[in-house]
Amino acid sequence: MPQFAIIAVSILFDGLAYAMFLFITSVGLSVTMGLMGFVNLAHGAFAMAGGYIVVSLTRDLGIGFVPSLLIAAVLVGLISVVFERGLYRRLYKATDLEQVLLTIGLAFMAIATATYFYGPIPKSVPLPLWLQGDINLGFRSFPSYRAFLIVLGIALISVLWYAFERTNIGAKIRAAVDNRRMAESVGINVDLLFTLTFALGSALAALGGGLAIQLFGLSPSFAVLYLVLFLIVVAVGGLGSLKGTLLAALVIGVIDTGGKYLYAEAGGFFIYAITIVVLLIKPAGFYGRE
Amino acid sequence: MRMLKWAGVAALALTVGGTAQAEKIKIGVVLPFSGANADLGHQVDKAFDLYIKLHAKDIAPHTIEIVKRDEGPPTGANAKTVATELITNDKVQILTGFVFSPSAIALAPVVTQAKVPMVIANAGTAWITNLSPYIARLSFSMWHHGYPMGAYAFDKIGCKTAALAYTDFPPGKDSTEAFKTGFEKAGGKVTESIPLGSPVQVPDFTPFFQRIKDSKPDCMYVFIPSGAHATGVTKAYGELGMRKAGIKLIGPMDLIPDNKLQDMGDAAIGTIVMGNYAVDLDNAENKAFNAAWHKEYGANSYPDFMSAAGWDTMHAIFDTIKKLNGNVTDGAKFIDAMKGWKTKSPRGDVMIDPDTRDIVQDEHAMEVIRKPDGKLGVKVLGTTKAVKDECKVLKLGRCGT
Amino acid sequence: MAANDPTGAQSAIVTPVRDAAATAARDRAAEYLVSRHRFRWAEALPWLACIAVFFLFPDRLTFGSQVLVMVLFALSLDLILGYAGIVTLGQAAFFGIGAYTVGLGAARLGWTEPVSGLFAAFFVAALAGFISGWFLLRYRGLTLLMLTLATAIMMQEAGNLGSEFSGGYDGLPGLVFDPLLGRFEYDLYGRTNYVYALVVLAVVFYFVRRIVYSPFGQALTGIRENVRRMHAIGSPVHWRLVTVYTIAAGIAGVAGALFTQTNAYVTLTVFDFENSAKVMVMLILGGTGRLYGAFLGAAVYMIMEDYFSKLSPTFWQFGIGLLLVLAVLFARRGVLGLFEQFGAYFTKEKSKGAKP
Repeated sequence: MPQFAIIAVSILFDGLAYAMFLFITSVGLSVTMGLMGFVNLAHGAFAMAGGYIVVSLTRDLGIGFVPSLLIAAVLVGLISVVFERGLYRRLYKATDLEQVLLTIGLAFMAIATATYFYGPIPKSVPLPLWLQGDINLGFRSFPSYRAFLIVLGIALISVLWYAFERTNIGAKIRAAVDNRRMAESVGINVDLLFTLTFALGSALAALGGGLAIQLFGLSPSFAVLYLVLFLIVVAVGGLGSLKGTLLAALVIGVIDTGGKYLYAEAGGFFIYAITIVVLLIKPAGFYGRE
Repeated sequence: MRMLKWAGVAALALTVGGTAQAEKIKIGVVLPFSGANADLGHQVDKAFDLYIKLHAKDIAPHTIEIVKRDEGPPTGANAKTVATELITNDKVQILTGFVFSPSAIALAPVVTQAKVPMVIANAGTAWITNLSPYIARLSFSMWHHGYPMGAYAFDKIGCKTAALAYTDFPPGKDSTEAFKTGFEKAGGKVTESIPLGSPVQVPDFTPFFQRIKDSKPDCMYVFIPSGAHATGVTKAYGELGMRKAGIKLIGPMDLIPDNKLQDMGDAAIGTIVMGNYAVDLDNAENKAFNAAWHKEYGANSYPDFMSAAGWDTMHAIFDTIKKLNGNVTDGAKFIDAMKGWKTKSPRGDVMIDPDTRDIVQDEHAMEVIRKPDGKLGVKVLGTTKAVKDECKVLKLGRCGT
Repeated sequence: MAANDPTGAQSAIVTPVRDAAATAARDRAAEYLVSRHRFRWAEALPWLACIAVFFLFPDRLTFGSQVLVMVLFALSLDLILGYAGIVTLGQAAFFGIGAYTVGLGAARLGWTEPVSGLFAAFFVAALAGFISGWFLLRYRGLTLLMLTLATAIMMQEAGNLGSEFSGGYDGLPGLVFDPLLGRFEYDLYGRTNYVYALVVLAVVFYFVRRIVYSPFGQALTGIRENVRRMHAIGSPVHWRLVTVYTIAAGIAGVAGALFTQTNAYVTLTVFDFENSAKVMVMLILGGTGRLYGAFLGAAVYMIMEDYFSKLSPTFWQFGIGLLLVLAVLFARRGVLGLFEQFGAYFTKEKSKGAKP
């Protein structure tokens, strides 16, 4: 295989793995903002909570990494319902700015709480043997953990796609994103739908938080550290669009990885340059409604 | 009112006369207790607290009072505000801490104006000590590790070529510059130099390292901040199978901070670093330091090089207080008394250089191994005694002024 | 009838019923519009408080001047967010440009005169605001948010690439500015800086107040409330937005310049996303679109942050977070809104008492 093809394949592979992480963590934010217009800056805090639950389950209770991911997602999904019913609900009719204030406040509190329970030292998780090491494909070897990310990502996308496009609830959610008033007037319980999607989005964020530990480590400031990245994916993809979020995650993941590989000196520029270019051309993102 | 107060003090001094008076010395501690780098602040703070707890009696009859403030993000401005207020409002006589170089840089004119000694426990940009005669540093300059590592990598590790990768902020640039200077002087060739993005967010290291892997240098010298970045580097290095590909991971000790080493797994084994401290250093002071640490903070808490610097910082402050018999109101005198201070520290022999007020210390080349008890640790491959900050020795750039 | 007959409705407007009550109501409205911009006694309170601080807390003026800088920065955001409804996360870009104008001016060109430095910072930042505003203000909502944010971060990255010149993240150390007006040295206690910042704030505040109560300011509010209608009545919406964005950018630049001068130091962290986000949080906390909201929000946020971080250097964020959550739940129009409610309550009581 010629050298440039090998490089292209490895950029695609690494970029894809990164994109899957971006997609899993951001898709919930996109749906919440698209469906209710709710600016949830505490989204990263749910991801962080997921990460810490995975740390506790694997380290203290000795549960395997993969089951821990699932348990963390379910737990955070349930916890998020409490927040949604107790706090978020009061502000659906409020301005974006008040939502920003509330959710940033929650994120700050989450950081301090995590510091209290887990301390400021970054945590890592023990991975099962099959996720360590690499897979050799002859011309190049690939880290197994990244292959796992890609497989998991594709599986999740399939499930989400099916749920959104082929089930009754999915149809209702799409209807509500398109036109909330109309959806309400034909008898769709948008409030309930929102609670469900909010829980799902938070659960996915938690999953993303758990997956991120191996990539970035986990410390309390995770709650706000990568928020800009998630917001970029959401904005570039278009609010409330599954397809858009996926495309945005892929574009950003691959171009960012490629940029770092080929032009490391300007590594920080790429992600912001893509954001600006895409938004100047398509202000509502790839699949957002103008 | 103020006159009255001074009159009171004078009267008091008269009545006490020549006998040793018990002074209460106020020390301001400025460390990042919150934010993305909070763990660095806590590593130093724990060492401070431990030293004070064990040695408070040494300075009797004098006592100290510690006022802690959050250094905040590395903007310089925040640390400058809180430290200025420690001087003006809390009336501290000594300032210490300072993890981030910008904090120390921003504050330098203030301590010069206020004549308050500032004893740095971490901030490693080489030329900081030149900024004010009231600054002394007990930690290191980036050149302490980077420069000797250059020659060592070429002569002993067998790196004929090396790729450099560094977090894109001044300590990173400083450290790679130091390595490059030493490495090229020894005859090595640097193949490429790659910035790794911001010190705040941990990036995905894979694309950077993949690129280095494809260019096949003998060694890869990496500088990153010793927080969450360190674990990320080892993991990406391990996942990509770079050791199997024959590329050795080398760097300053920030790569393998002791409090994160156990989490790094087999990927870390074989990493060779240059540094001033590891929990496995074999000397009596270090054994006592570790025993005290574990007794205070539990078996699973480890000190690291930042804690060791914190420990020595407080040690130097205490010794100077003793030397001056508690009379620390004169900042210039305090710094003078600190010059030439030396001790056997957990890090080895350390001394404050009377000329530069920077630390002179032993540098150890260390390799990560799996110890007989199953834990990860380091083996000391060699020690260079009394290493000075080479940047100031060579008078490079700002270090020369 | 009115619903099917627009002319009927129109004629009702053209020939209003001239009864006494309506006239009185109109007079009251006119009276309100005329008096709105007049100085109210309550407005003196924050300024008196600032002067009192100078005498009561002489040891805390370094912190005090940092609060004043943030008030000025929040004020610049209020002008565009509160009055024109432009939500941006890029205000730190202009703050940073102002900060680096005086920083680089002093370090590289030897321009160390502080007051003229403020003017320079105003013009450079305003120019940047004009250019970026011309392009970016066609966008709204999340798109504008991300565009402004990305622009600010790109400037930071550019500064880092050129760190030989900009000083990078280690900043420009040891900036020395001339004594203020050639007479006042910068003392350790920050007295000069505090008075300097307060005077600059007062001057800028006066101009901003003039702007928001001018017809131009009214047009901005109109754009915020109903942009289509403003288009329909022929208001040059884009032009007006660009104008106010330019002015606000200039003021943010002045705040940044003051920041550099009072700290005698600046690093690239002034361009941080956190800087833009924090000033927005301060403004919303205080209350948007009322000028004094910026004042109160920045002061309350910073004083509480200072208080909590002294209480616990490690966990203070919990306190700040709780403050924000409580503010949203119980003070919907910001802290200033609370004061207004109190004020309204007392006036009502008084007017009740006055009526027999």
